[in-house]
Amino acid sequence: MKINEIRNNFPIFKTKINGKKLVYLDSANSSQKPKTVIDRMTYFYENEYSNIGRSVHSLAVTATNKFEETRDMVQKFINAKHREEIIFTKGATESINLVANSFGEKFIDEGDEIILTELEHHSNYVPWHYLRKKRKANIKFVKLDENLQINVDEVKKLISNKTKIIALTHLSNVTGGITPLKEIIDLAKTKNIPVLVDGTQGAPHLKLDMLDLDCDFYAISCHKLYGPNGLGILYGKKKWLDQLEPYQGGGGMIDEVKKTNITYAETPTKFEAGTMQTAEVVAFGESIKLLEKIGLKEIKDHEDKILNYGLEMLKKDNSINLIGTPKNKASVISFTLKGIHPHDIATILDDDGVAIRAGHHCCQILHDKIGVPATARASIGIYNDNEDIDILINAIGKCKKLFS
Amino acid sequence: MELKELYKEIILDHGKNPRNFGKCTNYNVDAKGHNPLCGDKVHIYAKVDKEKKVIDLSFEGEGCAISLASASILTDVVKGKEYSLAERIISDFLMMIKKNDKMKTNSLDEDQVTTMMSLSGVKEFPMRVKCATMAWHTLSEALKGKNNE
Repeated sequence: MKINEIRNNFPIFKTKINGKKLVYLDSANSSQKPKTVIDRMTYFYENEYSNIGRSVHSLAVTATNKFEETRDMVQKFINAKHREEIIFTKGATESINLVANSFGEKFIDEGDEIILTELEHHSNYVPWHYLRKKRKANIKFVKLDENLQINVDEVKKLISNKTKIIALTHLSNVTGGITPLKEIIDLAKTKNIPVLVDGTQGAPHLKLDMLDLDCDFYAISCHKLYGPNGLGILYGKKKWLDQLEPYQGGGGMIDEVKKTNITYAETPTKFEAGTMQTAEVVAFGESIKLLEKIGLKEIKDHEDKILNYGLEMLKKDNSINLIGTPKNKASVISFTLKGIHPHDIATILDDDGVAIRAGHHCCQILHDKIGVPATARASIGIYNDNEDIDILINAIGKCKKLFS
Repeated sequence: MELKELYKEIILDHGKNPRNFGKCTNYNVDAKGHNPLCGDKVHIYAKVDKEKKVIDLSFEGEGCAISLASASILTDVVKGKEYSLAERIISDFLMMIKKNDKMKTNSLDEDQVTTMMSLSGVKEFPMRVKCATMAWHTLSEALKGKNNE
């Protein structure tokens, strides 16, 4: 499949916004859904639906098999060693909460230290804050360099013999900066410190290889990966998952339940309590198929071309201030416009069919650091092209005219 | 949804040059409002007297043109009014924004009514309604608190 034909696979682009062509530059918030994913959900509900892992009737067997097929596809997609290392969750947020709870309960005590960075999304800070309060643990934030980039030397400075985990983003949802994960993970390995990677933004743009990356946990949101809403993945090394207690209790995750004692199922089932998002998991297989059909390298090259074109065009305008200039970046451009608040920019752009996000993007620590309460953010997905950037630039001109 | 319905001249003017910006002297009531979704903040300062009249009113804040204009208009309109009238004006304004109601004049002059009505376009932009109402809710809560003292 050619990448410039990809847009035809996304029915949403038939929708007109205020009578104009939809220019969707909000994929870092959530991506649009290809027809194959939408159709797969419909087909599943019309022909194959049943709950999984419980009943023995034919539909239950089919549904269970389809669900587990996606687990195999995810394992292959991210190159994990074992299929049991793939846990389905409701999103990257739940994936991180799971680790903060289950890992925290077992391994983090009073006075222990958790290393995060100033770049983190609230979903990779708030769960650790709960743990900090519960366990009287401490959180240290890695300082960013002048390009708002995470630097391995700054991580090194914070590591002590009390450090129990390092949790950090793969790709910033504000600056688009790509974290030098290999170096940081190699450093952590020498001190036997596990690393959790928030891959919410990384997974849609970067090729994933868990065996090569060698992180201990990796969190994914499927809705940003052209998949259904309400679904996420936690990759965790089996050696950890086998040791951890379940995060939630309920049906399906048990081995034996007695009045005095309960034993749990094996990994990953013990982490998948209650009825799972069956149709969503099955349909997510179609997202993986699409990404693999286009090729992850092609996707990165395509998005990088648009990103670089966008940066080039925005840099021409002196009234535009780009937020963060990491050398190694992908997909995301955040900016402010002199004298115009980002919310006004977003409303005015919308009039031209351009969808961007305005606000602090759930990164208040970072926005406090740079001293602006809100920024405007354009983020690129597989279906964008240079014409989208042209329309964006034109609409920014309109903002300036209105506020002149 | 016409953009010019939202960004009327009068709003752009109040947004760029907010009236009563800063802390008014000898304020004895203040209250903060903020919208956690978008980060807009407003801090209202009022000087009220024993006769329950708002003698002076001002605000500080950061936010979009709509939220700054809205706070600016609020301070302009409510300054000098007694609590009971201030509360009627606020609830009138909130009804107008939420429900398409016309402003009842309530002893306001025509210019003030026109200025307040200029924010009515926000109805067509549901995600921006809170930008226009935050300062008004904040003052209303502050006055209720003072009234119960």
